[in-house]
Amino acid sequence: MTAMLEVENLTQEFRLGGSLLERMRFDKGRLSFPDKRVKAVNGVSFRIARGEVMALVGESGCGKSTVAKTIARIYRPTGGKIRIEGEDIAGYGVRELLPVRSRMQMIFQDPYASLNPRQRVRDIVAEPLLEQTTGTAARREVAERTLALLAKVGLNTEHAGRYPHQFSGGQRQRIGIARALSVNPGLIIADEPVSALDVSIQAQILNLMMDLRDEFGLAYLFISHDLSVVHHIADRVGVMYLGFLVETGPREHIFSAPRHPYTRALLSAAPSIEKTRSRPEIELKGEVPSALDLPSGCCFRTRCPLAFERCRLERPTLKPVGGGAEVACHLTDEPDRDRA
Amino acid sequence: MTATPALEAVSPKEIPAKTGAPLLAVEGLRTWFHTFSGTVKAVDGVSFALRPGEIMGLVGESGGGKSVVGFSILGLIDPPGRIEDGRILFEGRNLAGLSEAELRQIRGRDIAMVFQDPMTSLNPLHTVGRQMDEMLQLHTDLDAAGRRARCIEMLESVGISRAADRLSAYPHQFSGGMRQRVVIAIAMLARPKLVIADEPTTALDVTIQAQILKLMRRQIRDNGTAMILVTHDLAVVSEMADHITVLYCGKVVERGPTDDVIRRPAHPYTRGLIDSIPDPAHRQPRLKQIPGAVPDIRKLPKGCSFKDRCFRAEALCGERVPELVVQGDRAHACHYPLTEGDSR
Amino acid sequence: MAAGFLSSEFVHNYKRNASAIAGSLILVVFALIVVAGPLMVWQNPYDIAQLDLMDAFKPPMWLEGGEARFPFGTDGQGRDVLAGVLYGTRVSVLIGLSAMAMSCVIGTTLGLLAGFYGGRLDAVIMRIADIQLSFPSMLIALFLMSAFGTGIDKVLISLTAVGWVVYARTVRGSTLSEVQKEYIQAARVAGLRDGKIIRRHILPNVMTPLIVVATVQVGTFILIEASLSFLGVGVPITEPSLGLLIKNGFDVLFSGLWWTSVFPGIVIMALVFGINLFGDFLRDELNPRLK
Repeated sequence: MTAMLEVENLTQEFRLGGSLLERMRFDKGRLSFPDKRVKAVNGVSFRIARGEVMALVGESGCGKSTVAKTIARIYRPTGGKIRIEGEDIAGYGVRELLPVRSRMQMIFQDPYASLNPRQRVRDIVAEPLLEQTTGTAARREVAERTLALLAKVGLNTEHAGRYPHQFSGGQRQRIGIARALSVNPGLIIADEPVSALDVSIQAQILNLMMDLRDEFGLAYLFISHDLSVVHHIADRVGVMYLGFLVETGPREHIFSAPRHPYTRALLSAAPSIEKTRSRPEIELKGEVPSALDLPSGCCFRTRCPLAFERCRLERPTLKPVGGGAEVACHLTDEPDRDRA
Repeated sequence: MTATPALEAVSPKEIPAKTGAPLLAVEGLRTWFHTFSGTVKAVDGVSFALRPGEIMGLVGESGGGKSVVGFSILGLIDPPGRIEDGRILFEGRNLAGLSEAELRQIRGRDIAMVFQDPMTSLNPLHTVGRQMDEMLQLHTDLDAAGRRARCIEMLESVGISRAADRLSAYPHQFSGGMRQRVVIAIAMLARPKLVIADEPTTALDVTIQAQILKLMRRQIRDNGTAMILVTHDLAVVSEMADHITVLYCGKVVERGPTDDVIRRPAHPYTRGLIDSIPDPAHRQPRLKQIPGAVPDIRKLPKGCSFKDRCFRAEALCGERVPELVVQGDRAHACHYPLTEGDSR
Repeated sequence: MAAGFLSSEFVHNYKRNASAIAGSLILVVFALIVVAGPLMVWQNPYDIAQLDLMDAFKPPMWLEGGEARFPFGTDGQGRDVLAGVLYGTRVSVLIGLSAMAMSCVIGTTLGLLAGFYGGRLDAVIMRIADIQLSFPSMLIALFLMSAFGTGIDKVLISLTAVGWVVYARTVRGSTLSEVQKEYIQAARVAGLRDGKIIRRHILPNVMTPLIVVATVQVGTFILIEASLSFLGVGVPITEPSLGLLIKNGFDVLFSGLWWTSVFPGIVIMALVFGINLFGDFLRDELNPRLK
């Protein structure tokens, strides 16, 4: 069976803007205009089955949002394949993408910035569907469907004529969810959908998303920095660092038996209200290096307490470690060092 | 306050034990904002006390008024906001009655502040060294060499390497986590008795947050400073704070020792907040959620502000505002508080 | 919706702002003049058949030799100064408004394109704007008019050539900040093409600051047009604007025949003053940076 989404060796580079003057460098008597490139995503591969929830976690700048927005084709990928139900959309233009949009939609992070303040709620929700629709009769159906969608996400139909500023953050996020659902997609890409919300509202939105998954058989690509949220919602988890996927596997593997030192550090750094939990196993020093200038070898070696010579020389690749999990770390070949 | 601003004057021995008189006592504080669309009672009768060396978590959702409490203590409320009522007793002196000039003396030296966004508290046009030096010039009588030595010592103590070189760097040359370290260094420079930290790690990543929290804990302990930690994050509070005060719609709904409150919350709102956090140890298909949203603070319902979202609300809750009931070191404002028997 | 507007903060502040009220009252008077000016006077100053050289240089009615027929006196052709001013105001205001509308459309379009697409297109548009801003707008207008010759259409083209820059810059700036917002990304995910994204999503969100720019610009344009006409390169003599009326009277100003110049001068001052008073209020209310 084809996967809902299959990403293969996805890379995304951004050229740093700036005019010729700003880029001008004078080096050893020679004038040059170097092209600065941010390597945001460096060869990420994963797949999501129908109805599955896959979460990408990592810290800011790790490329998880870029992966999401590249898959949603807000950006054109620099390299790699993005297969939606087997169809590679990586190179598609706006026209070719339109039918794909009805199979894949997106929920955004900021409930304030993700809704056009000058549009009424019904127009916001109907927009993706209207793009797929022609003819007046069909448009009338869209209007009906819009009201049904609002009810589905827990809003009143009388809300349809209002503007976004009349709603709270949680309600706005519901509007964004209704918009994504309007075309009845099989895959929803959710980029930090609850991180801007208060905890009590966060729980409401997470519950709504899970209810909708059960009802419509949705698959989610769920981007988050919050491990407790990821643990609650995800079937599978991918951990990203500096644009690389360093570990991926079923939820229980990542949370109970993490192998990559970064995954372990991330888990032990997360604060918890359960005081009984064991104290940090791995504590990280320093900060994430710049994506303009990636370290040689393993991207994590500059902060890894277990790094050794090979990590500097050779970039580790994802290797299966059993139980459906894959880890990109040289320690998997040398278990003795891990214990040290 | 004695007239000896020299830093050495404050040795850890002089700091009273945790059981002593309160360092800060906020009594019936009301800070209101008079806007066109109505009066926003951002803080409406908040009381709590803090002893030297204690860490108190001030918790609530957005609109709860937790940041305004911090700003009120520092006298940083600008029109249309006003402290309408209440006392802020700091070492027995009522800060709410002081002039701006007198408050300036206290700010930075006795009470320091750490904000969420380190960029707003650092001046982008001045070097870090100059900003630190200014603070010492204002609040100590050290000479130039002494101030420089103190700045370097302070930067090193917050984990910034090559501190002497870093003094001549500008804020934008530091990463977010490093900047927050600098802000903490500046806050601790004059050895304040109280630090108000407003969401100090919310803008940071988890691994950096862990570093900063650890650093703050150590600085607080080493200097015997008290801290008010303003945050929405119960997990952070539970790891940091001795006491916790929960705010909802400008009022204290619950107060008590952190572990005790988190283990057996008395107010349904506190319980709701705790249950909303996904618990990796007890994963359930659905999260427990608090229904509805925080009401518009200009049009609060009659009676208890939480009643429309509360699973225990009765007729009484719509009639009378619950008073804060103090029982030992715990307090709650609820007509029908949860007891030990109400299981999760 | 209307009731909501009347009880809004905007209306509330307006009621407490004396200069805003004064400004808008002045503008109401001028709106009446523009709409119904010709009905207020008996003479059509552009119709030579209605002029009588015998009536030349009559002083205002309250001076000796003045007549009630010509309340503010007459000029050298026996034209009623009041009638001339009322007709001239129409010309001035209509030129100001039309040039503003044309500048706004062209400037906004270029600003949207520059901000949305960036890159070379942006660089070219903005460099032209920068170069243009390094010359006084009066100088550019004067240069263009000397090249084109007089005529209302040519005045409009010159003013538009001067005026689009401010819209282009304002709109480009707002567009740059709007483009980064997630609702634009949401529109892409919905499948919208660039044109639709610009029209439906960006344009409505960059319009507000333009209201202030446009209001103040009408005043500026009226003044530039008056200056051009005063210098003799503006509107044709057959349809005098306020500026041309001042010029016509200026030749005889020091012979004691002051009224032909002074009354149009007072009117143009009152008009621009009213616009600026109201423009200041709008700026304070609509500029998010001040709020």
